[in-house]
Amino acid sequence: MDMESLSNKKKVLEQKPLSFMERMYLPAIAKGMGITISHLFKKEATVRYPEVEREFSTNFRGMHSLKRDENGKERCTACGLCALSCPAEAITMIAAERKPEEKHLYREEKYAATYEINMLRCIFCGLCEEACPKEAIYLDGPIVPADYLRKDFIYGKDKLVEAPLEMKK
Amino acid sequence: METGFIIEKFILVAVIFGISLVIAMYSTYAERKVAAYLQDRLGPDRAGPFGILQPLADGVKMFMKEEIIPTTSNRWLFIVGPGLALLCACIGTAVIPWGSPMEIGGKIVPLQVADINVGVLYIFGVVSLGVYGVMIGGWASNNKYSLLSAIRAASQNISYEIAMGLSIIALLLMTNTLSLKTIVEQQHGWHWNVLYQPLGFLIFMVCSFAETNRAPFDLPECETELIGGYHTEYSSMKLGFYLFAEYINMFVSSAVMATLYFGGYNYPGMDYMATLLGPTWAPLFGTAILFAKIFFFIFFFMWVRWTIPRFRYDQLMNLGWKGLIPLAIANIIITGIVIAIIEKF
Repeated sequence: MDMESLSNKKKVLEQKPLSFMERMYLPAIAKGMGITISHLFKKEATVRYPEVEREFSTNFRGMHSLKRDENGKERCTACGLCALSCPAEAITMIAAERKPEEKHLYREEKYAATYEINMLRCIFCGLCEEACPKEAIYLDGPIVPADYLRKDFIYGKDKLVEAPLEMKK
Repeated sequence: METGFIIEKFILVAVIFGISLVIAMYSTYAERKVAAYLQDRLGPDRAGPFGILQPLADGVKMFMKEEIIPTTSNRWLFIVGPGLALLCACIGTAVIPWGSPMEIGGKIVPLQVADINVGVLYIFGVVSLGVYGVMIGGWASNNKYSLLSAIRAASQNISYEIAMGLSIIALLLMTNTLSLKTIVEQQHGWHWNVLYQPLGFLIFMVCSFAETNRAPFDLPECETELIGGYHTEYSSMKLGFYLFAEYINMFVSSAVMATLYFGGYNYPGMDYMATLLGPTWAPLFGTAILFAKIFFFIFFFMWVRWTIPRFRYDQLMNLGWKGLIPLAIANIIITGIVIAIIEKF
């Protein structure tokens, strides 16, 4: 029962018996060894981490950071959209009302008193970055470093908020 | 037998044993480095500068691991197997002439532990014994895969031993002696035997790849086919012994190839160097040249390993019995005819 070829991509494999040179194995071996030895003189592809690090692409999503505006005030208003959009439910926060003496610290009257991201749950998808209406959270940090205990991976505001203006200058 | 003789031989044995162990140790390092550079990457380079202390780290790791002896295994044979493999690997170094006799303080010291007049036969005997270590290890493990691998190893070893012996016979037709010392002395200068017996050398080299269970003939120990092969059930130092025995076998095979075919400690221009360096240092220079040849062969073993895929079992047996034996016999016939013609005229 011969089926009709639909796409003409079929290639018939020729099962010729090996020629004498092929049966001897030696010419093929010599050619292979030539290829192998040429790799001895090429540059290695190894990256000598941690002295040398590979560059990330511009879209690379690393550790989170809560940004500040031009006046040094925190942008995050604890609206909860990032926590809502997180597919891994890694973000939790507790909102608080801004007191009059804290006007220079926070942009709007509502701010996040506690903001925690569980780095072990986070899948670094970037949906929180896309969801934030205040452009407060960005995933532009380095790779999250390793640690020993699970509880040390719940990053609070001390690790997540960007450095204040004076230190940045 | 005076004590001087015993002490001299004892020192020689200790030095050779120590050197072969150190070379086997650094062969593991060289294997990883050579494999890496041939694969466009760096090998181990964190343990000490350039990773020189890596074999020490591996040795410590081997000692520190838990020693597991399966309860269903044949305990006595399980322990004897690796020991036998290492023993047969090490005693092969006893008959190889490491250098021409040197003069120390007026006394002539031969740089060969035992100059027996059946040196070549001794080497073959030791190589044949080497298969016992693998077979015993495979049988004692009480494991189907180990047994299969031991069977394959044994059959591979004995098949290629025949072709190896036959290729040596052609060499012996030329040299008229089995003593390794005389064979090396006959290759003075640049009259290396490889120039007179190229086909014999090729057959011998292919067979020594098969004898040391080295790729492309490494079916007994490959991981993709037989889990770990005959050393699946072994851990800690017993495994270390098996792996070490393989590298010492490689070293001894390279030494035998260099001695029989590549002139041993001879090199072109050695008479001039002998007058230049004197009777104490010139033999040591010859020894250094011999070690350079051995290292080249070890590199060649590794180079081939990372180039060629391994043989299937039936292809392997085909090559051994139907390919190399007729070729070796043809080599003997041609050598015999040529020698008869040369003697006639």
